[in-house]
Amino acid sequence: MIITCPWCGPRDLREFTYRGDGTITRPDIDSENVDLAASFVFDRENPAGDHLEIWHHGGGCRSHVLVKRNTLTHKIITCGPLGPFSKNGAKA
Amino acid sequence: MSGYRLDRSDNGGRIDRSKHLSFTFDGRSYSGFQGDTLASALLANGVMVLGRSFKYHRPRGLYSAGPEEPNALVTLRSGNRSEPNIRATEIELFDGLEAKSQNCWPSPKFDLMSINQLGGNALAAGFYYKTFMGPKIAFNRTTEVWWQFEKLIRRAAGLGVAPVEADPDHYERMHAWCDLLIVGSGPAGLIAAEMAAKSGANVILCEQHPLLGGSLNGTGDTINSLDAEDWAKSCIARLQAFDNVRILTRTTVQGYFDDNILQAIERVADHKPVPDPHEPRQRSWIISAKSVVVATGAIERPMVFSGNDRPGIMLADSARRLTCEFDVVPGKNITVFTNNDTAYLAARDIAKCGGNISAIFDVRPEISGEARAVAALIGAEIHPGTAISRTGGWQRLSAVQYGNYDFDKKRVAPQSHRYETDCLLVSGGWSPAIHLTSQFGGQPEWSDELQAFLPGKPTRNWRGAGATVGAFGLENTFISAAKAAEAALEDLGLETKPALIPEIDGNNFNLAPAAVFEIRREIKRGKSFVDLQHDVTAEDVRLAHREGFVSVEHLKRYTTLGMATDQGKTSNVTGLAIMADARGEKIPGVGTTRFRPPYTPVAIGAIAGECFGHLKPYRLTPMNDWHCDRGANMVANGLWMRPECYNLSGETVEQATIREARTVRSGVGLVDVSTLGKIDIQGPDAAEFLNRVYSNGFAKLPIGKARYGLMLREDGFLFDDGTTWRFSEHHYMMTTTTANAGPVMAHMEYYLDVIWPELKVSLVSITDEWAGIALAGPKSRAVLETCVTGVEMSNEAFPSMGVREGTIDNIPVKIARLSFSGEMAFEVYCGAHYGQALWDGLMEAGKPFDIVPYGLEALTTLRIEKGHVAGPELNGRTTADDLGLGQMVSRKKPFIGSILVQRDALMENGREQLVAVKSLDGQKIRGGGHVVVSSDSANPGESLGHITSACYSPELECYIALGLLKNGRSRIGEKLYITSPLRGSHSPVEIISPHMVDPKGERMHG
Repeated sequence: MIITCPWCGPRDLREFTYRGDGTITRPDIDSENVDLAASFVFDRENPAGDHLEIWHHGGGCRSHVLVKRNTLTHKIITCGPLGPFSKNGAKA
Repeated sequence: MSGYRLDRSDNGGRIDRSKHLSFTFDGRSYSGFQGDTLASALLANGVMVLGRSFKYHRPRGLYSAGPEEPNALVTLRSGNRSEPNIRATEIELFDGLEAKSQNCWPSPKFDLMSINQLGGNALAAGFYYKTFMGPKIAFNRTTEVWWQFEKLIRRAAGLGVAPVEADPDHYERMHAWCDLLIVGSGPAGLIAAEMAAKSGANVILCEQHPLLGGSLNGTGDTINSLDAEDWAKSCIARLQAFDNVRILTRTTVQGYFDDNILQAIERVADHKPVPDPHEPRQRSWIISAKSVVVATGAIERPMVFSGNDRPGIMLADSARRLTCEFDVVPGKNITVFTNNDTAYLAARDIAKCGGNISAIFDVRPEISGEARAVAALIGAEIHPGTAISRTGGWQRLSAVQYGNYDFDKKRVAPQSHRYETDCLLVSGGWSPAIHLTSQFGGQPEWSDELQAFLPGKPTRNWRGAGATVGAFGLENTFISAAKAAEAALEDLGLETKPALIPEIDGNNFNLAPAAVFEIRREIKRGKSFVDLQHDVTAEDVRLAHREGFVSVEHLKRYTTLGMATDQGKTSNVTGLAIMADARGEKIPGVGTTRFRPPYTPVAIGAIAGECFGHLKPYRLTPMNDWHCDRGANMVANGLWMRPECYNLSGETVEQATIREARTVRSGVGLVDVSTLGKIDIQGPDAAEFLNRVYSNGFAKLPIGKARYGLMLREDGFLFDDGTTWRFSEHHYMMTTTTANAGPVMAHMEYYLDVIWPELKVSLVSITDEWAGIALAGPKSRAVLETCVTGVEMSNEAFPSMGVREGTIDNIPVKIARLSFSGEMAFEVYCGAHYGQALWDGLMEAGKPFDIVPYGLEALTTLRIEKGHVAGPELNGRTTADDLGLGQMVSRKKPFIGSILVQRDALMENGREQLVAVKSLDGQKIRGGGHVVVSSDSANPGESLGHITSACYSPELECYIALGLLKNGRSRIGEKLYITSPLRGSHSPVEIISPHMVDPKGERMHG
């Protein structure tokens, strides 16, 4: 499988590590809601089809990237930046 | 009667008669020629029984000439290069080759286990499963019967034996990129490759055999008025002249993966006695191809009839290849049994080379004029509308019985005639080799016309060419391959010229077979084999149907059809046809299982590649040479190599460890801690970030101080521990455990990238950039006082947990007063290149104090004595409270894991808690041993916990250990037992507090 890292270009799967569901939001650091915390840690959809995922380019630029992947065909539809230097990040 | 070598002087095919090779099979010496396979050489020597079958131990001979071979599996070579289950058809002969038959004793001709044939019905499909459900012999032991059987069956059934010695050869991994990968170099592959080459595409052509040309080798057809083989040679020569074509022979494409990445195994040196110096034995290619032309051809199917496994019976086209390519004829008086015309072409070519074909039994009542002409030409009598009903012979074929075949009843008539023959060639039609396309989820489609599964619609960027897509016959093959190449090149945006389809000598054979897979008799007698390698009979398939295992996936698992090392290359479609018949459905209604990589068995070494032996990656500290020069015993600790201990002459590891640990407690020692993970953390929000990452407070860590910290996962369990030092307002350094350096870095990067991108913090791993030395013992301060400049060393000026910067021998150092051993101790860090110089300086300064270096064992002993936790206790299932660190989990601030760590279940009574144990009988305590109440080693009872870390304590002068014990803290003082049934130990211990040395911590603060 090849993932096109927005910073490095097309790279082999073995440079990346799957870091989880990209549709989940962590509760705010000050939140004390146990249900929200449990849901963040344990509740996951298992969709058949397009899915947003976070991958870590640990064997490359060490950035996290947001990958839209079809879980049935393994086809990668998009791969965009995450983190402070992305569009939505603090330092953009 | 048996196989023999043709007496031709013109070196037919690929063998070179001027080069004699000698080899042994089951200890007997034989000779062959350069270019032979082990199979062709054995056949030429008249060796017909090559092994015994999997379950019934029936004699088996050569069945094919390619990778589909189900019978002729041998163990190749001996000693540490011995390799089991290798197909004799795929072994290129070399001088001195050594091969042994498998699954028989004492020899394949006389095998004592052949008694299994008599108990045949007891070993039918589902035999294993039925014994699971067998009668109970003793109370509550339902599997007793199975246990008794298992011992016998495991010994009797099976294939070769895996070698026990380490593989002396090495393997390589290669990555390649190309526009077009062409799999197979038969007529389809060659045409496609030449078209692609001319268009300028970057091409890789893979061929599993040593010789390019595939089915063109040895065939009697003519192309462009040339012998097919000569046409192939000229085409290959043209291809070799292109710079943009890479040709890989002896290379089998094994797997088709995501994004058109394929894996191929190149057998670089398997055709030599041993690889040349520095040559890999095999090379694993990872090929990323923009497009793929799959030209893998087709595999001939057998016919299923009673006694169809007798040595002397083989696939028709395989016999053709053996005759035309290797000059080896499989019998003196050959007969043919077929349901299609391709067997006539095989007969034609065999007769042309000098083989004697006497009769052709054809299940079809109507036979084409072309086929009749071939039979007339070679002088073989045709028996139309007949089928073989059974076979005769001891150890090998001597005669067949044939009778009229009734298409309506699907049975052969009971009246049969005997025909003497020593070799029967069978052809049940052809199955396209759709393995690669199916691996990637291509749904095979059944073709009624061809009676075969075709690859179906491409799910990825590949095109099928030739027999793979059902284009049988040379002309069809060329046309389909040209079309495939054209489409693939168009996808790549390359210009193509219309292909020149070569002229064929115009045979108009109808290559589709009649829909007959099995010849059933009115009476059930004898065994009709579907899967020769796993001894699955047609009756087994029907038994599975009767017992309700009617889906194709159940059929496969219940009968083990297609689950042997050949993965059912010759048996799958026939098995499905028999199941379809039993269910009264058509074959596509039964479906087919998906093929999995690899296409043929792959050596584990080829997958491991370089990650093996001395090429395995490992990490060395800057002081590694010094440790080795001192004779330290180096051990692996994660990826790192670390000194276990520094043995003085005559010392055992335990003696050295005790000496080193005692010196630290009474004087001073130093240890290389460069392996600890080190992360440089900077930024205005660093303090806030650390406060969220650690479970204990970090917001108020003063500059010039270090703090011990615990990290939790989001689910509240412990993740890692370490210290973090504050150098300035916005600058910190974190140390992690050796094992978790990578995971901790990735953990923190995740939070900064994904969860809290607004925090202005930057992380850099500096594990390799900084060398670390820990100096421990009551005299450690005295040593530093003599050599450090720029740091006030007194207890008041440099208290415990202090961080200072100074120099030692002009080397800039960072020093923190931290203790892992419980003694007064300092960690000294410097740039990695100064590591050895700093080590030397500290050794020199420590000389008057009798300083000693200590290793990993003493380090572990000291931390166990002090009750400090490490990897074995931070096992991912323990909480801070379990390990007695509950006070380090803040209730005042939010941090990663702060909410879920308060779950009721993590606070519950009955959790395993950290304790120490002390041996009461002077016996060693085993890591992994379980804590039990009972003194009876035969009935130890319920486990209350287990030992995580164990050692001999020089301080307590007895064996001690740390362990996790249910409600451990309330059990201190109890006398229990540590049991380790596997090692046969069962010893009394006392549960004690883990703080075994200096519980008040006076030594490190003094």
